[in-house]
Amino acid sequence: ARSNNALGKGLLALLASDKLDDDVWDEVEETLLSADVGMADTTAVVESLRERVKVLGTRSPEELRRLLKAELTAVLEPELDRSIATVPPSGEGPAVIMMVGVNGSGKTTTCGRVARVLIAEDKTVLMGAADTFRAAAAEQLETWGSRVGAKVVRRGEGADPASVAFDAVKAGAEQGADVVLIDTAGRLQNKAGLMDELGKVKRVVEKQGPVAETLLVLDATTGQNGLQQAKVFGEVCDVTGIVLTKLDGSAKGGIVIAVQRQLGVPVKLVGLGEGPDDLAPFEVGAFVDAIVDGAES
Amino acid sequence: MFDALSDRLSGIFESIRGKGRLTDADIDATAREIRLALLEADVALPVVKTFIHQIKERCKGAEVSKALNPAQQIIKVVNEELIAILGGETRRLNYAKQAPTVIMLAGLQGAGKTTLAGKLAKWLKSDEHSPLLVAADLQRPNAVGQLQVLAERAGVAVYAPEPGSGVGDPVKVATDSIEEARRKGHDVVIVDTAGRLGIDEEMMQQAREIRAAVNPDEVLFVIDAMIGQDAVNTAEAFRDGVGITGVVLSKLDGDARGGAALSVRHVTGQPIMFASTGEKLEDFDVFHPDRMASRILGMGDMLTLIEQA
Ligand SMILES: Nc1nc2c(ncn2[C@@H]2O[C@H](COP(=O)(O)OP(=O)(O)OP(=O)(O)O)[C@@H](O)[C@H]2O)c(=O)[nH]1
Ligand SMILES: Nc1nc2c(ncn2[C@@H]2O[C@H](COP(=O)(O)OP(=O)(O)OP(=O)(O)O)[C@@H](O)[C@H]2O)c(=O)[nH]1
Ligand SMILES: [Mg+2]
Ligand SMILES: [Mg+2]
Repeated sequence: ARSNNALGKGLLALLASDKLDDDVWDEVEETLLSADVGMADTTAVVESLRERVKVLGTRSPEELRRLLKAELTAVLEPELDRSIATVPPSGEGPAVIMMVGVNGSGKTTTCGRVARVLIAEDKTVLMGAADTFRAAAAEQLETWGSRVGAKVVRRGEGADPASVAFDAVKAGAEQGADVVLIDTAGRLQNKAGLMDELGKVKRVVEKQGPVAETLLVLDATTGQNGLQQAKVFGEVCDVTGIVLTKLDGSAKGGIVIAVQRQLGVPVKLVGLGEGPDDLAPFEVGAFVDAIVDGAES
Repeated sequence: MFDALSDRLSGIFESIRGKGRLTDADIDATAREIRLALLEADVALPVVKTFIHQIKERCKGAEVSKALNPAQQIIKVVNEELIAILGGETRRLNYAKQAPTVIMLAGLQGAGKTTLAGKLAKWLKSDEHSPLLVAADLQRPNAVGQLQVLAERAGVAVYAPEPGSGVGDPVKVATDSIEEARRKGHDVVIVDTAGRLGIDEEMMQQAREIRAAVNPDEVLFVIDAMIGQDAVNTAEAFRDGVGITGVVLSKLDGDARGGAALSVRHVTGQPIMFASTGEKLEDFDVFHPDRMASRILGMGDMLTLIEQA
């Protein structure tokens, strides 16, 4: 159970003793650290929890677990609006949604799956293959397009990504598409040249009107570097939401707590597999339960 | 991003400077800071615990050195231990006595396997080998096409009899590739496999079947340097589920500290053999344990720090 990062095995005995000793707090701390919550947020949550436990005189493991969940839930701000904007901010033309993030995080897959959700809502969707760099990236997006029933605007390898994105939005407007999804190439946030290129893609797209959503696609296995990803991508392209992928694995994705605060925008979607339907709205409760109770369910 | 450990330690060093030997309290205070630095570098918690324990034992038992002050001694011990763990028995690729040598790649989704396949092929080719790339990821959309493009860029042959994207049997492709290599005279076979989660029993079973079919000389576990605490679970799952003989750390051109290197080394006991450092085929290097040690601790140059302590 420890490998599932579950809080609990030793807690009962610890809490049953006369005082809540440091071992209890160590266990709480370890549960959070093992979920990639990070030292700063872990310390803040534990401090606040200690305070509550003292005031309430908590002695049962269930109660402690409940309070911990409440703390984590509060930090994640469950009241935030987590819907995906599908109306163009300017009121005309297609709503443009861009996927950004580091290499291999799940941007292309997310494009395909968001398209599927929108098409199921009877919207027409066009996708723009603005990853002109990675081998077979446009083909991958086309495969997704044919799976879910969305057309793809693409150019040859090495084409200027900003102009592909521009053309996709233009085509979307001409065809009267409801939504245009722009897939971008993966890039590490410390590559200044590539980050400039991403900024340019967005600026060029915005010549035709503001972008409705810029989604930062974050892999749930990411550790503390996730915060740095949030900082830089946030600065470069004004992220409006987070997609947490690969949550079907053993990683808990605790870094999104820091990422969400850093960006001031919510986690909106989660990826739960490789298939076309493995995309779901982010649910604070389920996310917090997985951190505190572990994976066994 | 984070305070360098050296900054954090400077306060402690200030207070112990000039002391002849380390008290237990000095060691504990320093150990706390090192623990924090390791956690911020994404070294997995159980590994941090073991490591800190070892450091404390060594420091407490340490002979008082005449040449170094106490702070310098601790840093030296930490650095030595890290390099020892990261580097212990570095080795080169195992080649088969009878060609072809088979290298199988495995890892989580998006870790960098296919890119690495291209890099390895190019590197081997420049070393007078004749590698064959094998497209045994028939799952991820257009993984086959991706490998074909990389093969072309590297100027090497590719065996891709199935279209992939859900069509074809990867175990059969892998099996047949060995015969293909013999026929065409390739002396190294590099098998690209689909990304899989450690907890996906069905996919892990498939990986075992591919392994059984090709009897690889190396099974390289490719892991993203940005991974956090899950590195331990994942490394255990691949160690037990597929069996690995070496590790490749990818995306080291980023600014992640890469504490996973320590976790994976600790869990698998297998050497970290290569570093993948970019998207281009030449962004590839053998692994340098000493650089990784300074990177994890955020120490810059360890020796400079020892001089300053
Ligand atoms: N298990 C799991 N795998 C996923 C999920 N999302 C994406 N993947 C897999 O992760 C790998 C990378 O996904 P992509 O969509 O190609 O990622 P990307 O961000 O577009 O990658 P680059 O364009 O190369 O930067 C693929 O093998 C996907 O099938 C998820 O939610 N769960
Ligand atoms: N910056 C950087 N990017 C890398 C490195 N290695 C791979 N990549 C990128 O990471 C992404 C995923 O790489 P792939 O080689 O497709 O990974 P994979 O493990 O084969 O992925 P799946 O087959 O989907 O499981 C691509 O965008 C690569 O260009 C590296 O060392 N540095
Ligand atoms: Mg992509
Ligand atoms: Mg691949």
